[in-house]
Amino acid sequence: MIEHTIASANKGLKEKQFSSVELTQAYLDRIDATEEKLNTFITITKEEALKQAKEADEKGDFSNPLAGIPMALKDIICTKGIKTTAASKILENYTPPYDAEVYTRLKKAGSVLIGKANTDQFAMGSSTETSHFGVTKNPWDLERVVGGSSGGPAAVAAADLACYSIGTDTGGSIRQPASLSSCVGFKVTYGRVPRYGVISYASSFDTIGPLTKTVEDAALVLNTICGHSNHDSTTPNILAPDYTNFLLESLKGIKVGVPKEYFEDVEQETVDTVIKGIETLKSLGAEIIEVNLPLTKYAIPTYYILAKSEGSTNMARYDGIKYGHTTDDAKELLDIYMKSRDEGFGDEVKRTIMIGTYALSSGYYDAYYLKAAKVRALMKREFEEAFEKCDVLVTPTSPFTAFKVGEKTDDPLAMYAADTLTVPAGICGLPGVSIPAGFDSKGLPIGLQLMANQFEEGKVLHVAHAFEQATEFHKKKPPL
Amino acid sequence: MSINREEVKHIAKLARLNMSEEEIDKFTGQLSGILEHAEMLKEVDTDNVEPIAQVTGLQSVSFKDEEKECDYTDELLKETPQEIQDHMIKVKNVF
Repeated sequence: MIEHTIASANKGLKEKQFSSVELTQAYLDRIDATEEKLNTFITITKEEALKQAKEADEKGDFSNPLAGIPMALKDIICTKGIKTTAASKILENYTPPYDAEVYTRLKKAGSVLIGKANTDQFAMGSSTETSHFGVTKNPWDLERVVGGSSGGPAAVAAADLACYSIGTDTGGSIRQPASLSSCVGFKVTYGRVPRYGVISYASSFDTIGPLTKTVEDAALVLNTICGHSNHDSTTPNILAPDYTNFLLESLKGIKVGVPKEYFEDVEQETVDTVIKGIETLKSLGAEIIEVNLPLTKYAIPTYYILAKSEGSTNMARYDGIKYGHTTDDAKELLDIYMKSRDEGFGDEVKRTIMIGTYALSSGYYDAYYLKAAKVRALMKREFEEAFEKCDVLVTPTSPFTAFKVGEKTDDPLAMYAADTLTVPAGICGLPGVSIPAGFDSKGLPIGLQLMANQFEEGKVLHVAHAFEQATEFHKKKPPL
Repeated sequence: MSINREEVKHIAKLARLNMSEEEIDKFTGQLSGILEHAEMLKEVDTDNVEPIAQVTGLQSVSFKDEEKECDYTDELLKETPQEIQDHMIKVKNVF
């Protein structure tokens, strides 16, 4: 039963082949059997899940495709009365008094919350190794990372620990772990899903999106979570379409751009796999054209200067006073700030605070923050020009497949490089997806990334769905 | 551009972050590496380019400035690790 997608589980519930409680129990059993190996969850919400499943069964209305369907939330999404830690010590015992807008929408649709999934601390990282609660292992090879920061949510979708999960993507945090674990990871346009109640990393980059087993499932989740909210002034008042209308199988008339810059410094097996994927798109009727995005090589420094600047200001709210961890070694107010933050934050969060504070400080602001904000404007223009020539861009998602636990933890720049191909969409607010596209000779998953212009989620879904229907990679499951 | 120990100490103080001597050493090396890497942005010609701080072009989104009830102030207060006095958080001496 655990291999169900949202769509197939919805059919089963409608036809009374099984109940939501039975489906939920199957996933709880699966989590029981795998949690020791994978470490996917920070909190398993067994009671809440069974209660919500029972309610869905009693209501018996499965007209909403998410009704009675078990899912997991990344543990930076606030859940009323349920611990939300951001995988940090400073929020280790934080229990939000309100729900994030995205959870409110999912609850209204009848979703069943099975647990709060692991992440890099405050979503800062590319491997879940910065989590205060330990690393999440890759279901395909337990010695390797599953990617990050939404590593927990990716493991949920890849290893059948629920039907789907919700993650966040700032510079690749949904797409990169989806690539490393073989599931579908969808990043929306900036502002398409309200961020209210989601713990912020970099406020002009952060987006929320689904990690699923199929592209169709991603469309089903987007239908519930997308759209304007009065709680988030950065959500434009543009009506979200019915995303399932874009799930077409022919690519006739679709122009797919291939930027060669995204194939430099990428593992050969990944390059070969994505080139094969491009052949598949061509065979489905797409026209393949070359495009140039020469600013790509500046994406990583642009990203970390801007994201860490925004991150440092967002981290200022954790002061040991209002909520979260406080030091027991303070004589005066300043001690509370200095020591609570030292004790409560992990290394990568501290690096964020330090780089950001430096880049925003008087004397360095122009050289770092402002410079990067100008390069951001140029990158956005460069993408807009590319999308005048094509509907979507196709690239690898990650320059390499899953790496060993501990391999990059002492070298921040090597870790940042994991996001080389995903940060551009974060910098420019573009929608994108990573979909399963093959495996390397070690049997590790390789993802293919598609990107489109802002608010063109439909085009991404269209091409991704056509590719998925023509291939079998998404059906292969990790040997757990 | 590299950063020295004194600067790291100063930034840590500005950021209200206590730091051990070992941490200062570690971050001096790591931050220098990261900032040196960021030097490559100088290669990009940004003359006459307006910087952007947001990407979707939304402008002047506002809402009515009116009082609203918050129905979870008690729950919010419960989250403080500090002492509560008269429905307020009591903090330590400033000096």
